[in-house]
Amino acid sequence: MRCIPISFIETIARERASLPGSKSYTEWLEQLNESFGMNTGIMEGFFKWFGSAIRGNFGDSWKYNVPVVEKFSEVIWDSVILGGAAYILQIIIAIPLGILSARRQYSKTDYAVTVFALIGISLPSFFIATLLKLIFSIHLGWFDLFGKVGRDFEQLSPWGQFWDIAAHFTLPVITLTLVGIGGLMRYTRTNMLEALSSDYIRTARAKGVSERRVINKHAFRNTLIPIITILGGTLPGLFAGAMITETLFQIPGIGYISFEAMKSGDIPFTMFYMVFMAFLTLIGTLIADILYAAADPRVRVN
Amino acid sequence: MAEEQKSNSKKNYLSSGELRKISAHNRKIIRKYEKERERKNVKPDEYITKMRDPMNAVEFDDLHVYFFTDIGTVKAVDGVTLEIPAGKTVGIVGESGCGKSVTSLSLMQLLQRPQGQIVKGSICFNLGDKVYDIAKMPENAMRQLRGNKISMIFQEPMTSLNPVFRIGMQIDEVIELHNPEMTSDAIKSRTIEMLKTVGIADSEGVYKRYPHELSGGMRQRICIAMALACSPRLIIADEPTTALDVTIQAQILELLRELKNKINSSVILITHDLGVVAEMADYVAVMYAGRIIEKGTAAEIFSNPAHPYTIGLMKSKPVLNLNSDYENNTDRSKKRLYSIPGSVPNPVNMPNYCYFRDRCERRFDKCAAEYPTEFQLSPTHYVNCYLYCKNKDIGGIKNHE
Repeated sequence: MRCIPISFIETIARERASLPGSKSYTEWLEQLNESFGMNTGIMEGFFKWFGSAIRGNFGDSWKYNVPVVEKFSEVIWDSVILGGAAYILQIIIAIPLGILSARRQYSKTDYAVTVFALIGISLPSFFIATLLKLIFSIHLGWFDLFGKVGRDFEQLSPWGQFWDIAAHFTLPVITLTLVGIGGLMRYTRTNMLEALSSDYIRTARAKGVSERRVINKHAFRNTLIPIITILGGTLPGLFAGAMITETLFQIPGIGYISFEAMKSGDIPFTMFYMVFMAFLTLIGTLIADILYAAADPRVRVN
Repeated sequence: MAEEQKSNSKKNYLSSGELRKISAHNRKIIRKYEKERERKNVKPDEYITKMRDPMNAVEFDDLHVYFFTDIGTVKAVDGVTLEIPAGKTVGIVGESGCGKSVTSLSLMQLLQRPQGQIVKGSICFNLGDKVYDIAKMPENAMRQLRGNKISMIFQEPMTSLNPVFRIGMQIDEVIELHNPEMTSDAIKSRTIEMLKTVGIADSEGVYKRYPHELSGGMRQRICIAMALACSPRLIIADEPTTALDVTIQAQILELLRELKNKINSSVILITHDLGVVAEMADYVAVMYAGRIIEKGTAAEIFSNPAHPYTIGLMKSKPVLNLNSDYENNTDRSKKRLYSIPGSVPNPVNMPNYCYFRDRCERRFDKCAAEYPTEFQLSPTHYVNCYLYCKNKDIGGIKNHE
C-alpha cells in the first residue's frame, strides 16, 4: 500500500498547506505522519499493525473516519445479497444446463449450450455490464444506470423501497450470473459425461432403471461430489464482494467500498480487506473438505 | 480414386475429405435408427414373434451390430446365429475385440448409443408365454425385461457398483423396480436373503456398507446377488471372473452354477478363459472378428476342435504339468507358450474371404473364395471352414482359372 502512487497523508498535507495562512507542506506532512503512525519503516509499521490486529483492533479507516470493522459490517450485506442471488441463480441455471448438454452430447442443444457457456467464460464482467447497461438502461430505460437506490427512495413506502433496491440490483446480479455460469456449466457437463460412461451406470441400466432415474439419481449423485466441493469452496466468496461489478454499478458493497478506500490510499481499510480475503480462502477450503466427506462416502472417517 | 482410398485406409490414414464423408454418412444413418428407436407407442405385435424351437431361451438370428465411428463403420457383430437352450449354459469364447461382449450387450439393448446400432437380424427371447424380438423392442418395454427376465453380471466388480449408494439400496432398487407391489420390509428381507444366498455371512452388516468397504470377490457376489434378485430366465455373465484371483474365481463359478440350477435359468458365459468354459458350459460358441466360426457341445469343442482358430486357441492355453516330454525335450521353442501368429484384421475393412485366412496355418487355395458357410460335423457341431467342405466344387473354382 505504501508503494502505490497515492498517499492519503500527502493528499491531506497538500490540501491543508494550500489553505491561506497555514503551515508549510513539509511541516504538515511531518505532523500528519506522526499522528497516523506512518513515521516508521514498513516492517516496523507492519508489526505495529499486526500487534493490534491480532487483538481484533484493526484501527480506524482514514477515508471513512469510522472504525474499519464498523464500516465493514455496514456494507457487507449488500455484497452478500448481490453475491447470494447470483450464486443461487448460477446453480439453478448452470447445473441443469450442464446435465442437459451431457445427456445429448454432440447434439445441437449441446453445441448451443457450450457456445453460451464459452461466451460467459470469455467475456469479462465489465463488458457484459456495459452491454446490459446500454440495452436495459439507455435504450429500454427499464433500470437506473447505477446506484443502489433511486432518487425518490426516501419518499417510498417500505415495500416500494424494497422493490427499488431489488430493481437496482437486477443488472449487477445478471452480470455476475452470466460471468459465473459458464465455468460451472462446463464443469457439470464434464463430470456428468464421466459419470454416464462409467460401469455403475451400465449396471444401473442393466437393472432396468429408467433413463431419467439413471441420470437424476445414479449419475447425478456422483456428479455432485466434485460440484459440491467447488460450490462449497466458493461459498465464502460471497462475502468477498465483486469489486468490478459493484464499482461499475456503484453498489456500496464491500468490493466498491474497498476499491474507493484503495483509491484514496486508506491503509487500515485495505489491510483489513486483505486479511478478510485470506480468511475467506481458508474457510472456503475447509468447507470444501467437509462437504467432500458429506457427499462421498469413500472419504468419510468413522 | 477407389484404389487410392483403399491404400489410404490400409495405412490407417484418412484424409479430411474422407473423414467428413464418413461423419456425414454416420449422422444420416444414426438419425434414421434413432428416429426408429424413439417412436412412441410402439404396438406390441411389432416385436412379438415366434421361436424356431420353443425349447430355446434365446435365438440370435443373423445379428448384425455396427458401430458408426469417425474412422468408418465397425462391424462388431457381423451375422451371428446362435441358440441358447433353456436351462443350459452356453460359453462364448474368443480373443479381445471379437464381439463377445457386444453380442451380449445387444441382448440387453445396452449398446453405446447412438454410435452402436443393431442394423439387421433378430434376437428372440422366450418368456414362456410370449416371445419378444429384442432387436425391435422399444426402450420402455425393454426396461421391464432388464434386471427382471434378463440380467447381466459384469466384468469389473470394482467399478460396477455405484460408489455413493449403500449395497442394500442398490439391491433393493432392482427388486423394487420389478416388484412394485412389495413392501419395503419385504424388499429388505429379500435383499438380505439374496446376500445370504451368494455366501455373504454378515449379510445384515453388508446391507449397510458402501461398495468401497468390500473386496473384489465380495463385490462380485453383490453383483451376482443383484443379477439374480428377480430370478431371471437368462443370466449373461460377461467375464465374471476375469478381475478376480484364482481361488475366488473357483468360488464364484461354483456359486454361479449352484444358483443357476436353483432358479433353472439359462446362462451365457462370456470369457476368454478356456478353463472356465470347460468347467461351466454345456455348449460352446467360438467367435472371431464378429462372427461365430465354430459351435458345438463343450465336449465336441474341447475334444475335437475343428476350426484352425479353435485349435490355435486350445494350444495357446498354458499347461502346468509339462510331462516327461519336458526332460527329453531340448528344443526351447517347444516350451514356449503357443500364440496364434498375426492379429485380428482391421474391423473397419474386413476382407471378403475367411477373416482368419491371413493367420491360418492350414490355409489352402479354396480359402481365397468368399467367407465360408456353416459346415455340419455332427448334429450339434458346426464349423465355418473350407477344410470341412464335403463338396469339393465350392469355393475352389476361382483358383483353378
